[in-house]
Amino acid sequence: MEVGIVGYGAYVPRHRIKVEEIAKVWGADAPSYKRGLMLQEKSVPTPDQDTITMSVEAGRHALVRAGIDPAKIGAIYIGSESHPYAVKPSGTVVAEALGGTPDIHCADFEFACKAGSEAMFVSLSLVRAGEMDFALAIGADTSQGAPGDALEYSASAGAAAFIFGHENIAAVCETTYSYTTDTPDFWRREYQFYPRHAGRYTGEPAYFKHVLSCARGLMEKANVTPDDFRWAVFHQPNGKFPMRAAKELGFSKEKVEQGWLVPTLGNTYSGSSPMGLTAILDKAEPGDKIFMVSYGSGAGSDGFIWRVTDRIREIQDKAPQTREQLENNPIYIDYGTYAKYRGKIRKLAES
Amino acid sequence: MIGSARYWREIPQRYRYEAGKCTGCDKIFFPPRNVCSKCRGQEFETVTLAKNGEVEAFTIIRVAPSGFQDESPYAVGVIRLEDGVKVTAQITDCDLEKLAIGDQVSREFRLVQQDGESGILCYGYKFVPRG
Repeated sequence: MEVGIVGYGAYVPRHRIKVEEIAKVWGADAPSYKRGLMLQEKSVPTPDQDTITMSVEAGRHALVRAGIDPAKIGAIYIGSESHPYAVKPSGTVVAEALGGTPDIHCADFEFACKAGSEAMFVSLSLVRAGEMDFALAIGADTSQGAPGDALEYSASAGAAAFIFGHENIAAVCETTYSYTTDTPDFWRREYQFYPRHAGRYTGEPAYFKHVLSCARGLMEKANVTPDDFRWAVFHQPNGKFPMRAAKELGFSKEKVEQGWLVPTLGNTYSGSSPMGLTAILDKAEPGDKIFMVSYGSGAGSDGFIWRVTDRIREIQDKAPQTREQLENNPIYIDYGTYAKYRGKIRKLAES
Repeated sequence: MIGSARYWREIPQRYRYEAGKCTGCDKIFFPPRNVCSKCRGQEFETVTLAKNGEVEAFTIIRVAPSGFQDESPYAVGVIRLEDGVKVTAQITDCDLEKLAIGDQVSREFRLVQQDGESGILCYGYKFVPRG
């Protein structure tokens, strides 16, 4: 049975902060950060935006594109490392807002930046197994970087949602492959506000080992080469890593650029490669093949091969496109406002 | 502060914008009512409010009530939706100096308030400039 994406959607918050504004506060050299990380600015969630609110908006866009009755969705899985509650699911709020309750299975997923793609993998597997007609997977994050840390230049906010089904498919999932090892490159302990990372160790033995191994394993499993694809998207912790991974695998810059949102969006963690996929689907044509590999610290990668169908043309313009949201009407804020929005300012406890 | 029980009761309105439409005279009530104030009808069908509307009136809150101080100044307005229903809500993601009557806005799902540091998070709707 063919299974794939029947509806997709993204949500990008409107507020942005530029690399220069962050560098100014910490006495860092903005041009070298911009060159080194290939980043210009990042999205910032307002205090009234979180993983739940962005998931609802992305989910609504996916529902409009799918054109289905939300009551028919059999499962909702939200992948995030910034679920608003420590105990209480994000998915119940989103399912209720979208009109999917009560006949629905719900779970929140977590795996650093890979939680969104694992929600996608489980959703499409359940539909493929015949357990349900539709399943909704969302990757969303309002990630935090410690003040002054390199992560602060990239950690941003956004969401991507996908509804999987076996009829009226816009992008068929042809092959999946996952690659997982235990690699402590990035973590956040219980009750800690900011995550920690292992600096340069997050590159070779972490991101590149998993992304490249997953990509090669996926191509071998499907018996394909980069020449078979028009588009490719990789996890985007900064601008440089996905471009280097693409080059090492033999994907040209042209194939990656449409889904390479990170220079102006930042790293949306669980939303990263899923949002890149939505930007590609916005422009893809029937017959196009898309190569996708996510990455989550800890560590693992999920790989997907998508084949775009004729239906893509019917749904692309039914909801706001991803790059349109990224480029239209951004609101730039200074570091003080950013620090307030992200809860970085220590205040008096309420008496 | 809003408690779990009251918040939960209002979920259909806060999350899904469900209104009651009188089957006798088509008047829409938000939140829903048991008796129609126009025709005294007691039968209603559930309808979803329109997503888009325009600002009919607004004010800027500079001295905010407890729980909202960190947000001030912020705008609260009356939005006339495309289906004719008027709702009161915050208008956000906008330049308060440029906000004007007649502005086109659309609804977004947002965190509206939180019950202190450890209480429940209350989600609902706000309006943002369209486009």
